[in-house]
Amino acid sequence: MSDFPLFPAQASTIAWQVDALYGFLVLLTVVFCILVFGMVTIFAIKYRRRSDDEQPEQNHGNLALELSWTIIPLFIALFVFLLGADVFFRLQRAPADPLEIYAVGKQWMWKIQHESGKREINTLHVPKGQPVRLTMTSEDVLHDFFIPAFRVKNDVIPGRYTTLWFEATQLGEFHIFCAEYCGTLHSGMIGKVIVMDPTDYHDWLMGASASDESMVEAGQRQFQALGCETCHKSTSSGQGPSLVGIYDKPVKLKNGQEVTVDVDYIRESILQPRAKIVDGYEPIMPIFEGQISEQSLLQIVSYIKSLTESAE
Amino acid sequence: MSDAVKANGEPKNYLNDTYGIKSWLLTLDHKRIGIMYLITLTAFFLVGGVFAAFIRLELMTPKGDLFEAETYNKMFTMHGVVMIFFFLIPSIPAVLGNFLIPLQIGARDVAFPKLNLASYYLYALGGMFAIAAILMGGIDTGWTFYTPYSSSYSNSFVSLALVGVFINGFSSILTGVNFMVTIHKMRAPGLTWFRLPLFIWGHYATSLIQVLGTPVVAITLLLVVFERVFNIGIFDPTYGGDPVLFQHMFWFYSHPAVYIMILPGFAVISDVIACFSRKRIFGYSFVAFSSLAIAVLGFLVWGHHMFVSGQSTYASMVFSFITFFVAVPSAVKIFNWSFTLHKGSIKLDSPMLYVMGFIGLFTIGGLTGLFLSTLGTDVHLHDTYFVVAHFHYVMVGGMVMAFLCGLHFWWPKMTGRMYPEGPAKLGVMFVFAGFNLTFLPQFILGYMGMPRRYHAYPEEWQALNIMSTAGATVLGLGFGLTIAYFIWSLFKGEKAPANPFQAKGLEWDIPSPPIAHNFEAIPIVTWEAYPYGPEEAASQSTETATEPAKEDEVV
Amino acid sequence: MSDHAQGAHSLHHLHQFESAEQQYESATLGMWAFIVQEILFFGGLFCAYTVYRNTYIEAFTAGSHHLDIFWGTLNTVVLIASSLTMAMAVRSAQTNSGPGRIIGWLIATIILGCTFLGVKAIEYTGKWHHHLIPNSTFQWNDPAFPTVTLGPAKIFYSFYFVMTGMHALHMIIGVGIMLWMIAKVRRNEISAQYFTPIEISGLYWHFVDIVWIFLFPLLYLIGRHH
Repeated sequence: MSDFPLFPAQASTIAWQVDALYGFLVLLTVVFCILVFGMVTIFAIKYRRRSDDEQPEQNHGNLALELSWTIIPLFIALFVFLLGADVFFRLQRAPADPLEIYAVGKQWMWKIQHESGKREINTLHVPKGQPVRLTMTSEDVLHDFFIPAFRVKNDVIPGRYTTLWFEATQLGEFHIFCAEYCGTLHSGMIGKVIVMDPTDYHDWLMGASASDESMVEAGQRQFQALGCETCHKSTSSGQGPSLVGIYDKPVKLKNGQEVTVDVDYIRESILQPRAKIVDGYEPIMPIFEGQISEQSLLQIVSYIKSLTESAE
Repeated sequence: MSDAVKANGEPKNYLNDTYGIKSWLLTLDHKRIGIMYLITLTAFFLVGGVFAAFIRLELMTPKGDLFEAETYNKMFTMHGVVMIFFFLIPSIPAVLGNFLIPLQIGARDVAFPKLNLASYYLYALGGMFAIAAILMGGIDTGWTFYTPYSSSYSNSFVSLALVGVFINGFSSILTGVNFMVTIHKMRAPGLTWFRLPLFIWGHYATSLIQVLGTPVVAITLLLVVFERVFNIGIFDPTYGGDPVLFQHMFWFYSHPAVYIMILPGFAVISDVIACFSRKRIFGYSFVAFSSLAIAVLGFLVWGHHMFVSGQSTYASMVFSFITFFVAVPSAVKIFNWSFTLHKGSIKLDSPMLYVMGFIGLFTIGGLTGLFLSTLGTDVHLHDTYFVVAHFHYVMVGGMVMAFLCGLHFWWPKMTGRMYPEGPAKLGVMFVFAGFNLTFLPQFILGYMGMPRRYHAYPEEWQALNIMSTAGATVLGLGFGLTIAYFIWSLFKGEKAPANPFQAKGLEWDIPSPPIAHNFEAIPIVTWEAYPYGPEEAASQSTETATEPAKEDEVV
Repeated sequence: MSDHAQGAHSLHHLHQFESAEQQYESATLGMWAFIVQEILFFGGLFCAYTVYRNTYIEAFTAGSHHLDIFWGTLNTVVLIASSLTMAMAVRSAQTNSGPGRIIGWLIATIILGCTFLGVKAIEYTGKWHHHLIPNSTFQWNDPAFPTVTLGPAKIFYSFYFVMTGMHALHMIIGVGIMLWMIAKVRRNEISAQYFTPIEISGLYWHFVDIVWIFLFPLLYLIGRHH
């Protein structure tokens, strides 16, 4: 019982901002509680009934008071909203060029793969002082990737990608929890983030059980094996659109809409290619729904992301 | 119940008017239906309470060593389902609302007595389905029934429980329709909207939500049943369905549903605080309209349960923004209640102690709600024990305290007996202390990152969990004591006078317990609500008689 | 039969009401409130339908091509006609045209309602033969719509069956209410002074018709010009 912490470790760049916001809200709560409890207690003592036939003076309200306790809380509330929205934006927007790591949740484990191809289960090695973005999906039910020490959390949803990002500031091991109820062993779907020095992280990636194939290479291998290359050539001469340099760019569809090529779009175009047809092409691509595992899919996605003009 | 009633000597009242089990099971009297709800609700409360006790026992140790993980998951699911759908949602409206709405508005019954009885039986039938699901092996989806776990993965008796909740939903809808019409059309002559006790305003706002919200969750849960039985694919990602759509549809009802649970609590508090401080509620119309404001805003904020569900950043911003507006009517209520005490004549009888407890706990519950509507903190706090603590502060600290408050206050009217004041004061202390000890540590656990619905947890959190379990024991003792002296009072309690608390309101002008058709003559109301002032009281006493001559004064 | 003494007797109101007028207003308001909750009930479905229609436009278009527009149109006509007969039943009650006439219009409404349900049964059977029931037997192959896959097509049929099924359930309840109304008329409980039950049953019946007026274009017609 000696150790009675009130805060989890502050181990990411965003953690202190969330804590500051939390501290401010605690302060606000305490102030209002003192105000209300104080008022109620003082009135209850001061105006206690002294005789049974006591008749207090009636008072039907006071417009100035009503307006003040309508408007003041409103402004406080809106102020808190702004503070919260500000932190939320930072939580949502990853800095440019983060280290990409991919995670797949399934009942009841986290399968993680680094860009180098190295895989791990229920542990996540990350370098200190470098922004990391996790792209996540689920093989079955809803899960939620939660690292209290980093104050980050996002649901992991079957059939789509969600992301979260953080930059660790402290070496050490921290909890990973699944925060969305996912069935029998929900509370066993836990793990550890291990924050390392960037050089140690590099050594770890290259060290024992290092993968001889990076995610991009694995993606490329499967891209070839599945025959994608026959139509998706690096020039626009193929039967399918060229995939070079499309990531994060808008693309015009047959139905006139314009969409941005993000991970979810790439995913959908592989699994349900006929849902969104690029303008100028025919819906002839076979459907891969149910034929590619989530992990292979992530490899192909990271391969397609890597296809930039300069890389060619 | 009517044990002491002798045919001679005792005046006729709704309890001794007719005898026999059939006269209860087939009664159309809103007062008897209220009592039937009370008995059934208490049974469900005990069932839900037993599950809560098991949950707290399991969490005394970090390793999941008392129950299997699957059993534990069923415990918290059934605790949630039973407590929310079969205790909290009906509680105050079905018991106190049923009993008091006609009395307070000067009517002989609700508008549709047969429908009222049908609502009770729908509730009982829905409850049977839920109990059947529990007895056959339970459900393990969490009370939120999130897809695709509930629709495609869970191997428990989900469909049965969902059908139970669905049927119970219609009980809630029909009660809402009944109360709405009753309040609109059955008010005594002269009882204009702004002469109504705030109890009625609160129930009107509640009925509005029941009628508008419940059907949406009904169809949503039905879709989950179809999904399980026919595999229709609407929420199944393998067919291109969207599991997150379920969350939108579920919370469209289930967020307003928390206002179904808390607005009747506000309703009770307003009446009781006026009586025990002998003052009209401060800012009557502000309190009345804040209930409606909460009911309306409640329908626009469901997305705040989904800040980390992959919902777009901008949707989250909008939902967070609107959510902050709910803080305003809640603050308005708290301040108006507090100011009602100012220069009052305050008597700290047990109902009033419950009011004080309510104000304290609801203030904490409401303010901790800000942490969850604030986007930046909710990401960290979502689905942790912070949410559990916040929810219980509002639901147990707010709603259950208010329910107990109302039960004490109107117990003499309902049963014709006084509850014993000494044990009642002791009970409220136990409930208050036990409650805080149970749930305050959970705020800290939540910020530390302990996720909800965890069967086992890291060792560093054991101390706080033990505190919570200890608190739950005290809380349980408090509830046990309360139930015990209520039952005792039915047999040995002092006979209650018509108006033991010198309260104002039409229900206090008639005998305790009331006669079967409530009023010998329908009163004509010419006074404002809560006429606690001397001049108002005087004017009231001259007007109670049915004088047609006064009718022209009626607005 | 419809003499004034009888009428005056029917005028008596239930004990909880102070006057017949209060009783009438309460019953009507109650039915409107109930209809509001029905709107929300179907509203949930319409909302989900809209979300998926936006996501899977092609599939929903393809799906509606497999619905039989002949039967759909016929049923629309049948339902509109039943609304007319229902309105006539209320009118006959209002104008004291005698129980025979009221019962006649009610029976006409029941026949039209049952016709609707019969047509629905024919359509459902057809879907069953074409393996378009959205359970594990669902099959989808339409060369006219090569881009539509099984999943979204199945979702369309899920909506089709749930929406029309819920509507049909309301029709069945409606037919039951009509039978009850016939019994009431036969027991002389309805008169020009007191016809509230028939009137609010009419409200319900018209509401159910209106739901179909939305279902028909959403399921059968939209996207058909493709």
